[in-house]
Amino acid sequence: MSRSAFGLFGYLALLALGLAAPFFIYPVLVMKILCFALFACAFNLLLGYTGLLSFGHAAFFGTAGYVAGHAIKVWGFPTELGLVAGTAASALLGWIFGSLAIRRQGIYFAMVTLALAQMMFFLFLQAPFTGGEDGLQGVPRGTLLGVVDLSQDINLYYFVLAIFVFAFWLIHRAIHSPFGQILKAIRENEARALSLGYDVAKYKLLAFVLSAALAGLAGATKMLVFKFATLTDAHWHLSGEVVLMTILGGMGTVFGPVVGATVIVALQNELADKVGSLVTVIMGTIFVICVLLFRRGIVGEIMALYKRMLGAKAG
Amino acid sequence: MTEIFGIPTQALMGQLMLGLVNGSFYAMLSLGLAVIFGMLNIINFAHGALYMMGGFLAWMGLEYLGINYWLALLLAPLAVGVFGMLVERSMLQWLYKLDHLYGLLLTFGLALILEGLFTNAYGVSGQPYSIPEELSGAFNLGFMYLPKYRAWIIVASLSVCFATWFMIEKTRLGAYLRAATENPKLTQAFGINVPLMVMLTYGFGTALAGFAGVLAAPAIQVSPLMGSHLIIVVFAVVVIGGMGSILGSILTGLGLGVIEGLTKVFYPEASATVVFLIMVIVLMIRPAGLFGKEP
Repeated sequence: MSRSAFGLFGYLALLALGLAAPFFIYPVLVMKILCFALFACAFNLLLGYTGLLSFGHAAFFGTAGYVAGHAIKVWGFPTELGLVAGTAASALLGWIFGSLAIRRQGIYFAMVTLALAQMMFFLFLQAPFTGGEDGLQGVPRGTLLGVVDLSQDINLYYFVLAIFVFAFWLIHRAIHSPFGQILKAIRENEARALSLGYDVAKYKLLAFVLSAALAGLAGATKMLVFKFATLTDAHWHLSGEVVLMTILGGMGTVFGPVVGATVIVALQNELADKVGSLVTVIMGTIFVICVLLFRRGIVGEIMALYKRMLGAKAG
Repeated sequence: MTEIFGIPTQALMGQLMLGLVNGSFYAMLSLGLAVIFGMLNIINFAHGALYMMGGFLAWMGLEYLGINYWLALLLAPLAVGVFGMLVERSMLQWLYKLDHLYGLLLTFGLALILEGLFTNAYGVSGQPYSIPEELSGAFNLGFMYLPKYRAWIIVASLSVCFATWFMIEKTRLGAYLRAATENPKLTQAFGINVPLMVMLTYGFGTALAGFAGVLAAPAIQVSPLMGSHLIIVVFAVVVIGGMGSILGSILTGLGLGVIEGLTKVFYPEASATVVFLIMVIVLMIRPAGLFGKEP
């Protein structure tokens, strides 16, 4: 079997798994995993493929949730259009944040994005339309194109799965396009990419906007699943969590963020009632272990192992 | 009652004073970050958590062992500094060859661990720590009452900041430190133990955070989350000032504290965001930061 056929087989198997999952696991949990997996994939586009560490991605996740929720609940937007509005708002915010943050490099980039995201957090805390500490509650799920009733978990599940597959395909396309190659060149050696005549700032900004928009799509979808938007979705803890998901799964790998998000969400789901505030300690510990011993992440390690085995067979 | 710009002098001066107090904390913490960054090339995300740890150690010392404020002011930073040095030896030292980002991520993980542990033990509500007798009460300045403890915070933190500046810029040890920052290999070749200096630098930077925590304990309630918001504001302060200059960090910290205090008087809604807004403006006009050299 050729490599690409093997890859296609893998994707089909995963799709089948996605289609069958709600019959075995509580659909809302799987939807939550899908939303965070999309969030982490969008983040990975920036960290893994462009080498930019944004520490404020929760701002996009949260903003899209609030905008989509407000559009659907107060302005009476149909569901699909609400999601589009949320995504567009995050893309716009991503453009503003991105233009500011790319003025600084490396460590400063991370600090700027974190500070900007904190500013958004305070705006949401004070703005009248977000409901402050209570959040924006009771957003109706509505119908898909006026036909499919999304208040049924199973219907919504397949809608969310479709959104995830679409976005995942989009990211996959972007990574394997000439655009993705240039991003990787910037990650590896920014000065050289610049000297080859690429407008590095423009590509970085484009990657930032794309990543912010998809993070927004994830946030808006999550809002729809849970029918509310809260400050938690814009908090810096979440910005840290998405970094953790990406690193744990393997940054710069296509499936890494999906694996990382699945592990973290499942872990939080399992532990939340049992250990209370120690969840934070566990997350922190995973962070430390990943950085010290496990920088390639789960998928990265598996791929390295696979390559070693191939090498051993050939030699 | 006298007024300035339609605001009672009393309120204006009070907020100005509070701004200076906050600015002192920004100055001390951003100074610590700058010292650590200079030597280790690591942005210490755990700085806020270590500040919290300093405050908590002071509170625990009083609660369980009866250690008074003045002794805590000495012992808690020492303990935090030793903890910092252990962290440097056991974890951070393996990251120096890697991308800077890993240092940020590791210390972020540490911050989560510390916050989670203290939250688990004491909950998120604050623990009161009373002002020592010598510093309770207020000075009557005629136009306003100045609480003694606030004055003490400003004096103590400025002294510590100045002492740090003096040590780094004017002493032999500081010269070694600057040399090791500039070119660690060459400095090592001259027979100076650079890894030891790196460890001591991290210990000193974290002790500074611990000291700030003890100073803050009587002014605000000690809570596990007291550091996490502060550290993000301090990051913005660092972006505004740049980490190239020690005096620059101190001045930026104090200045932003004062601006924040004034915002509370004139437009309270923006007081939580004003530092971030200034950061945005600085990024647009002078991307390298006010005192920064590199882009």
